[in-house]
This record gives sequence, C-alpha cells and structure tokens, in this order.
Amino acid sequence: MPDANWTPLLLSLKVAGISTFVVFLAGVLIARLLSRKNFFGKSFLESLLLLPLVLPPTVVGFGLLITFGKNGIIGKWLLQWFDVQVVFSLTGAVIASIVVSFPLMYQSAVAAFSGIDSRLENAARTMGASEWRVFWTVSFPLAWTGLLSGLVLSFARALGEFGATLMLAGYIPGKTDTLPVAIYFAVEAGQMDKASFWVVIIVALGLSTTMWLNWWSKRNINRYANQKEAG
Amino acid sequence: MFSIHINKQLAHFPLEISFEADREIIVLFGPSGSGKTTVLNCIAGLSHPDSGNITLNGVCFFDGKTKPVAPRRRNIGYLFQDYALFPHMTVEKNIRYGMKAGSLAHVDQLVAVLGIGHLLGKYPQQISGGEKQRVALARALATEPQMLLLDEPLSALDRKTRLQCQEELLRLHRDWNIPYVIVTHDLEEAKKLGDAIYFIERGQIVDKLIKKPMIAKS
Repeated sequence: MPDANWTPLLLSLKVAGISTFVVFLAGVLIARLLSRKNFFGKSFLESLLLLPLVLPPTVVGFGLLITFGKNGIIGKWLLQWFDVQVVFSLTGAVIASIVVSFPLMYQSAVAAFSGIDSRLENAARTMGASEWRVFWTVSFPLAWTGLLSGLVLSFARALGEFGATLMLAGYIPGKTDTLPVAIYFAVEAGQMDKASFWVVIIVALGLSTTMWLNWWSKRNINRYANQKEAG
Repeated sequence: MFSIHINKQLAHFPLEISFEADREIIVLFGPSGSGKTTVLNCIAGLSHPDSGNITLNGVCFFDGKTKPVAPRRRNIGYLFQDYALFPHMTVEKNIRYGMKAGSLAHVDQLVAVLGIGHLLGKYPQQISGGEKQRVALARALATEPQMLLLDEPLSALDRKTRLQCQEELLRLHRDWNIPYVIVTHDLEEAKKLGDAIYFIERGQIVDKLIKKPMIAKS
C-alpha cells in the first residue's frame, strides 16, 4: 500500500451503496409499473430511462451538470430551498452513479417481472390476496434472481463510474475522489504505485462481484434442477 | 344461484355467453380458442366483459355500470390449466396460501380426503401431474369458495389418472355442493362430469345438453 489513505475506497463503497439502494427501489418500482401497463408514450419513456446506457458518460455528465448546476433547473431549486449544492459534492457523485447504473437495474427488473407466469399472480388474487400481498409473496420472490442480478450489476457499475462523476462531482481529495477518479489523477500525477494499488482493489472488487453473481445464478438453476430430479 | 350474461369483443369474434346454474356442474365444451377460458376469467374477475352481468348468490360481480368486484373479493376457486402452483412454495404453503383464519381443521380434512398428506413438504416440481391436480384442487377449496372454476383440469394427465381424477371431482362436488364450471375440449370427459354441457364455437353457445333438470330453472 503506497499510503495509508483508504478514503477513495470508502467513498466508492459509500457512493455505490447509496446509489444501489436508490436504484434498486426505483428500478423495481418503475419496472413493475411499466411491465404491466400500456399507455401512449411508454416506448419513449422506456428509451429515455435506458438512454444513459448508450450515451458517453461525458454526455450524461454534461446533462447532469446542466440540470444540477447552480443555475440548473433542479440545482437552483435545491440550493434555494434546501441549501444543497450538488456540484462538487458527494451527493453529485451519488446522483451520477444513480443515473448511469439505473438502466442496468431497470432492464434486469423488467426481464425478471416479465418472466413471471401471470397465472401465478392471478391464482393468488383469486385466493383473496391483495395486490400488495401478491407482490411480496409471489412476484418478488419469483423475480428475485433477476432482481439480484440487476442489483449486483448496478453496484459494480456504480463502483466503476468515472466520466459523469468527474463532470458533476469533480476531484476533491477526501470528498469526491472515488476509486476510478483517484486512479485517473494518480496516473496524471505520475504516481503509478498508487494507481496500480487502486486498480488491483477495483479489479478484485469487480471480479468477486461477478464471480459471486455467477455462483448465485448457477446455484439457483441447480436448485430447481435438483428439485425436478428428486420428483 | 349463479348467472352470467356477457358480451365481449375478442380479437376475431364477439363472445356472447349466457347461462345460469344453481349447484350443478356446468361444462363449457369447445375447440381451443373459442373463448371458454375468457368466460372463466370473466367469472373470476381476471378479465372484464364489455357489457352484461355476472351474479353469484345475490351478489352482482359485474353489471357494466358500477366498478366490478375485485377477484379477491369474489370468493371463487380457480383451478388453472397446468395448475399454476407456486414453484417457490412447498405444497403445504401452496394449500395454506388462501386459507381463511380458523380453517385449519377444514384444510387438514381436505388434505386427508385428497390423500396428499405425504406431499406437504415437497415442492410442485417434485410431484407428478396427478398429484399436482389434487394439490391445486386442495388449494382452490382451502379458501372455502362459493364456486369452483376448472380450466382443462385433466388435460395434462394420462388416461388412468384422468379417470381417477374425474371420479375425485365428482366426489368433491357431492361433498361441497357448490357450482362448478369446467372447461374442456374432451367430449367424453364433458359427458361424464357435466350436469349441463354448453357447446361453444367462436364465442357463441351453439348447442346445449342438459343431463338432469337444472335446479335453478325449477
């Protein structure tokens, strides 16, 4: 370890943790609503939600800067009413992570909910279950594998977010220097040891996340296969 | 007393169905895609007609003017085609899902009558087609419904199991004394189970066969 400052790792985990929590709730809620409703403009709305997936991070960052800047539509309002400044703050890093990782959670959740046999939910309804109970006892458990995969991917994406974060939150050591940003500025400053250390950490985090996801998916597939064999 | 008089525009033809029942077994017989399952869905409240009315025991579920009664408030048991058992719950949890408070003894009795006590700890993937059918029946009846809808209940079973299950359905109907509406495209099965058979083609009742006098009309 080149120095004993773990702030970038802690900040990254904090940003990714908060962002994943928000993205999971919003992704599940919006996917659930949109997967069952058809209305005019739905296709456009869905495209808009997935847009950060195909846009360069700098474009997303630019959009966020315009929106959340001191004179932005939301930024101005936040500053005026809540005295909250998004630009050059950890909140900015969280917002950037939310925006870029949301499409992954949303896509996984839509696929997970669409894959549920609607007759199972209808069976629950005919047995007296409220919509709330149908969701928690049937839809959510059956969609869980897909939702978890979205959650893990969103976390990994938030952990690795760089472009939009740099544009909105900037690089303020100890305040907004998440791992990817810290790596970039370490390289810029010629501190290759420091950069290499953070690269190893972030690769280890990414690898363990995806390995765990693979293991979890296979375990679920095997569990159902074993149940069938036993039957 | 049950009555249904509904109209609904389907993709290729209008559905116009009308019949009444007291506690008989009504069979809706017809080819696939003739609108039989849609009729069951309308009765259960999972789909709504364009106009008409559906009434059970004096309660109007649908009249085209007021808000239809929600499926969960209709107290109608529904045995779906392929049974729709919850794959993530054991047989016991499936059966107890819609159980009313204080119905434990009733459910235990149901489990004993259907001979599925040894399956309670298993998952739906681990049991045979005939066993699934019994579990689905137990689950539908555990809610103590006022009426039972069965959508092709025996279509996935081999001939021997099918005959056993037909006897079981008739026995349960005698015990429960509630109206059944069964959808099938097997004429032999329709004749064995039905007190009244309605032949449906492209959304219309084209013929009917009443095996015994309808109590409702007497």
